[in-house]
Amino acid sequence: MAGVELKNVVKSFGAVTAVKDVDVTFDEGSFTTLLGPSGCGKTTILRMVAGLEAPTGGDILVAGKRVNDVPIHKRNLGLVFQNYALFPHRTIGQNIAFGLKYRGVSKSDAATKVKRALDIVRLPGVEDRYPTQLSGGQQQRIALARAIVIEPDVLLLDEPLSALDANLREEMRVELKAIQHRIGVTSIFVTHDQSEALAMSDKIIVMSDGKVQQVGAPEEVYNNPANEFVASFLGASNILDVTVAGSDQDSIALSTAHFGTIPVPRSRATNLGDGSSGRLVVRAEKLQLVVPGSKVTGVGAKGTVEAVDYQGQIARYFVKVGDLQLQAMNMIEGRPFGAGTEVTVQINPQDCSVLPAEVK
Amino acid sequence: MERRPWILLAPALVTIVMLVVVPMSFILVYSFYENIDLAVDRVAFQFSNWQALFLDNYYRIAIWKTLRLSVIVTVLAAVLGYIPAYFIAMTKFRQRWLLLLLLILPFWISFIIRTLSWIHILGNQGALNGLLQWLGVIDAPLQMMFTEATVIVGFLHVFLPYMILNVYVSLEGIDRNLEPAARTLGATPWQAFLEVTLPLSLPGLAAGCLLVFVLTGGSYVTPLILGGPSDYLFGNLIHDAVVSELNWPMGATLSFTLLVLLGAVVVAYSRLMGLNQLSKAFR
Ligand SMILES: Nc1ncnc2c1ncn2[C@@H]1O[C@H](COP(=O)(O)OP(=O)(O)OP(=O)(O)O)[C@@H](O)[C@H]1O
Ligand SMILES: [Mg+2]
Repeated sequence: MAGVELKNVVKSFGAVTAVKDVDVTFDEGSFTTLLGPSGCGKTTILRMVAGLEAPTGGDILVAGKRVNDVPIHKRNLGLVFQNYALFPHRTIGQNIAFGLKYRGVSKSDAATKVKRALDIVRLPGVEDRYPTQLSGGQQQRIALARAIVIEPDVLLLDEPLSALDANLREEMRVELKAIQHRIGVTSIFVTHDQSEALAMSDKIIVMSDGKVQQVGAPEEVYNNPANEFVASFLGASNILDVTVAGSDQDSIALSTAHFGTIPVPRSRATNLGDGSSGRLVVRAEKLQLVVPGSKVTGVGAKGTVEAVDYQGQIARYFVKVGDLQLQAMNMIEGRPFGAGTEVTVQINPQDCSVLPAEVK
Repeated sequence: MERRPWILLAPALVTIVMLVVVPMSFILVYSFYENIDLAVDRVAFQFSNWQALFLDNYYRIAIWKTLRLSVIVTVLAAVLGYIPAYFIAMTKFRQRWLLLLLLILPFWISFIIRTLSWIHILGNQGALNGLLQWLGVIDAPLQMMFTEATVIVGFLHVFLPYMILNVYVSLEGIDRNLEPAARTLGATPWQAFLEVTLPLSLPGLAAGCLLVFVLTGGSYVTPLILGGPSDYLFGNLIHDAVVSELNWPMGATLSFTLLVLLGAVVVAYSRLMGLNQLSKAFR
């Protein structure tokens, strides 16, 4: 087992630079997620770690050793492809044993290892079937078994859950994390699904356009987004323009156009001087809609519900406050607010985070 | 029984019956006629033609020559065709259609012209001899034309695209991630190819081989143009019987024999590999 380090890694495909100066570490034994929208370079990073793609610049280190020039088959990494990439002409047993052949494992040892790997992924007894005779979720587990049976130094997972349906995906998410935890292998997981990233990761690396936007624990990235991209990519966020009106020991007073002055705790608004302007981020689920006239915690403003997106226990509201369009995700107590309802929109200063205004 | 499949199959079945089964039946009937003089036949039911076929060594040698040459051409085409097919299937070059177009471009030129062109390359006055003499490597032209080798070259030239296209199609259908998957599991590039790509492309390779084998086995023009006096195939005997000797009953007998021989190859192939589930044979 080993940690992985990328040092100023750059990858260009002709005129396209897919990965721009990425400098990150993946701690030994940790589960780290590369999160970002389609085309931001996640797969490219994974393929470079695996050796399937050579970096244009920078170094890749596994267990402290530079591996740029180590050929793929000598890297001892387990890679799980998005589409599983099982060998269709081989049985499940042969698929899983594939990597063992090249590691000088005897036939009988291989059979034992295959059996154990199948137990780990909870699919015992399917050795003699062919991949097409398994369901998508089962194939996914076989792909995982094939990758872990070789006891890789690092496990690389490229959106392994994306081809599964919603229920199975959530189930596999828990299971995958449990397996990783049990064998303790350093894992790099790629996804563009933020809930997957938040649920599974020890650390999330948010990427956009080939660049790292933020690195941090899930709650850190979620609650304290480093910039507007991260704020809006991880769940729905409302972003308001603010200027610093004053400050005291504990809080900074931010004046807004629609919510008056909001006293935000200092810990949530760093690097903002008096008079400077910034951007206030409030998550949709932290924006609370209440019946007009009820007691307000924090600050409130009058608004009108424009549309409701009913999602079972929660509802997503599109609310208009003056000329501001906001989103709120609220638990439904009793009946949801209908479109056209007058409401009070409340913001709790504890739930805000503040970013410096972005230089455009 | 459902009627729909039969209705859909009907046009093809009618065409095959009218254009293949009926004419072949005529040919079979014709093989029992008796040839009296040049182009003069007598309607009869007798076995002299078939007797000649089975007793005359000449025909047996032709069958042997045909099978031998077909095997040689097929094996060479498989090896020589697989490489460009692999290249076209795996290239990152965006304009792959251009490569495929180049492959079928020769089909726009008559097969005869393409075959004849080898005389200008390998002949005594040909380009290759000219070049070698100009370079001073040789003094007198080398005799390269009208040998079995030139016949093989001619066949390869004409049939290689069939092999390449067949192999290409099956390579194209292989998941691009399989080889990288094998590589990350510890296989060298060559091992990954042997373990994954080659077995998965065998259906296309087998189909290409069948096609080249049958096309070669049924040819007569290429040996006629590029071969020497002893480079004849079974097809040339048919040509001689029908065109030179005007012995149509014998021509019919030989034609039917060739049909049965090549048909047997196709049947054996489908028995061995299963025409539809080729890949299973290699699991
Ligand atoms: N082989 C290649 N040749 C040219 N451009 C490439 C190649 N591979 C990737 N790219 C480009 O690099 C960028 C990043 O691609 P990458 O596959 O890493 O994205 P991704 O983050 O994995 O996206 P997705 O979530 O859709 O899988 C894209 O703009 C893509 O078009
Ligand atoms: Mg990707």
